[in-house]
Amino acid sequence: MPENAVEVRGLVKRFGDFHAVDDVSFEVSRGEIFGFLGPNGAGKSTTIRILCGLLSPTAGEARVGGYDVATEAEQVKENIGYMSQKFSLYDDLAVEENIDFFSGVYGVRREIRETRKEYVLKMAGLENRRGDMTRLLAGGWKQRLALGCAILHEPPILFLDEPTSGVDPIARRTFWDLIYQLAEAGNTVFVSTHYMDEAEYCHRIALMYRGRIVALGAPAELKRSLNLPSMEDVFISRIEEEERRTA
Amino acid sequence: MTFRRYRAVAKKEFLHILRDWRSLFAALAMPLVLLLLFGYALTLDVDRIATYVYDQDGTPESRELVERFRGSRYFDVLAMVGDYQTVERGIDTSRILLGVVIPNDFSSNVLSGKEADVQLLLDGSDSNTASLALGYAEGLMQMYALEVQNRAQNQKGMGHPGPAVDARIRVWYNSELQSKNYIVPGLIAVILMIIAALLTSLTIAREWENGTMEQLLSTPLRPAELLLGKLSAFFVLGLVDTVIAIFVGVVVFEVPLRGNPLFLLAASSIFLFGALCWGILISTVARSQLMAYQMGILSSFLPAFLLSGFVYAIENMPPVIRLLTYIIPARYFVTILKGIFLKGAGPEVLWGPLALLCVYAAVVFFLATKRLRQKVA
Ligand SMILES: Nc1ncnc2c1ncn2[C@@H]1O[C@H](COP(=O)(O)OP(=O)(O)O)[C@@H](O)[C@H]1O
Ligand SMILES: [Mg+2]
Repeated sequence: MPENAVEVRGLVKRFGDFHAVDDVSFEVSRGEIFGFLGPNGAGKSTTIRILCGLLSPTAGEARVGGYDVATEAEQVKENIGYMSQKFSLYDDLAVEENIDFFSGVYGVRREIRETRKEYVLKMAGLENRRGDMTRLLAGGWKQRLALGCAILHEPPILFLDEPTSGVDPIARRTFWDLIYQLAEAGNTVFVSTHYMDEAEYCHRIALMYRGRIVALGAPAELKRSLNLPSMEDVFISRIEEEERRTA
Repeated sequence: MTFRRYRAVAKKEFLHILRDWRSLFAALAMPLVLLLLFGYALTLDVDRIATYVYDQDGTPESRELVERFRGSRYFDVLAMVGDYQTVERGIDTSRILLGVVIPNDFSSNVLSGKEADVQLLLDGSDSNTASLALGYAEGLMQMYALEVQNRAQNQKGMGHPGPAVDARIRVWYNSELQSKNYIVPGLIAVILMIIAALLTSLTIAREWENGTMEQLLSTPLRPAELLLGKLSAFFVLGLVDTVIAIFVGVVVFEVPLRGNPLFLLAASSIFLFGALCWGILISTVARSQLMAYQMGILSSFLPAFLLSGFVYAIENMPPVIRLLTYIIPARYFVTILKGIFLKGAGPEVLWGPLALLCVYAAVVFFLATKRLRQKVA
């Protein structure tokens, strides 16, 4: 396993003549919680989907876990867990059935399948609701179950696309506790959000705006270098500068 | 290709099928309902048509004609009447459907080989039944007239035109005997094609709409594993439908099953697999479930109905259309079903169309996996 979990160089994704991702470069080291911030339409999801091998890049290079996403998508998929922006478990399956399904699809070995299931149920706080239909779960539980299903195969690298959108503050807090646990266990967590306060939880962040990265670094570092009190001020100042530059 | 991943998909699809009990019920009721609906509409046989006869002639020839009407299972001669008004009143009051008025010059015309005008009065309010009744009555009378002439000619020692007369009579009689036994096997093919395409056509489109496809694509699951898993679950459902359809054909429509039932099931399985693959292919092409549904109906029903040789004989089609029928799997399945049902044919006779069905299934499955892989990129 290389030192950097994710390496992106000159990445471009065009839809027609629209540049959704416009020459983006960054690195994420192992064990890091890397935040991807930016308003809607900035290109966060598009970047993540390229990194997960769901979209092919127009230009540039991206390596995940040392594998090229464009040519070694199979290996990439063995090494990642992905939670898409839209809730994507099966509503008509029971909690446990969703876990069993993804366990099978990820090829989790038979000997550890039960342990992994119990771990995920415990993590999501759903030990007593394993037989419930997934559609009956409230937002926070659904999100934790989705996270659990994405890490059944113990992937070293996790991509979470706005995992906390639309859940209440307490559930968000609980979710971030889980992210910390995973990072402490040595996993790399790549997480996108549009909540400003969540930026502070990340080791490093990239601020994305109109397909470009306009700021990159640790939150404290960014605040210090711009001499601004909060991340929110950092965002506003960087975005204003970007507007001036392109105007 | 990993068995574990394939099995996970198959199991999940089974659960989807079982949970959606409304669709499940529809899927199981469909072969029954469609077969009964189309079967009765297409194989409508009218029999025991209520009839009055007004015999103005009263000769041995006319009495023989009346006996013919009495002897036929298609006519029920309720009474011999003595005047025209009774016939008319019978039709007006719906007591009878048909009035036969034999004119007083009937016997002389028949014997001299002239046209013998028998008047037929029909209740035309149900035009279908009326035209069938008319057809039967005309057939019966024509046969009778030919026989009488034949006899007269034989007595005069004028040759033997026997065979020609025979042929015409046969056509008349077969037209109705054929219908049920030929139509029901063809209908089973059409219905299975529709059901199979509908069962699977929604399945991929639904995953896209729910966003679960995106999740699946981020896993090591391969397109072929996903499709085979889905196909297996629907295959079981389709097989149950097949058994229901065959059962209805044999029990309700009394189509003779002369071939080996196990061979019939095996041949149906091959067709079913291809038809399910077709639905899957549509599903990978269509963007929404609605579009998938419409494409599924149109692309399965119309070709299977019109181009399989089930309603319209393929030999009578224009050459271009005839070529088109070669890519319609139902065409081969109709041949196979008729062969097994009516002729008791086995694999040694039907291997040709069976092999073509296998090729069809393989090609469509390959296209679907290719299409799914493209959509991912
Ligand atoms: N498949 C697509 N075709 C065309 N445009 C797209 C497609 N996917 C995303 N976009 C556009 O690319 C831009 C970036 O989208 P996205 O990456 O989802 O942003 P974010 O996740 O930051 O909100 C948006 O303007 C979006 O409309
Ligand atoms: Mg997004």
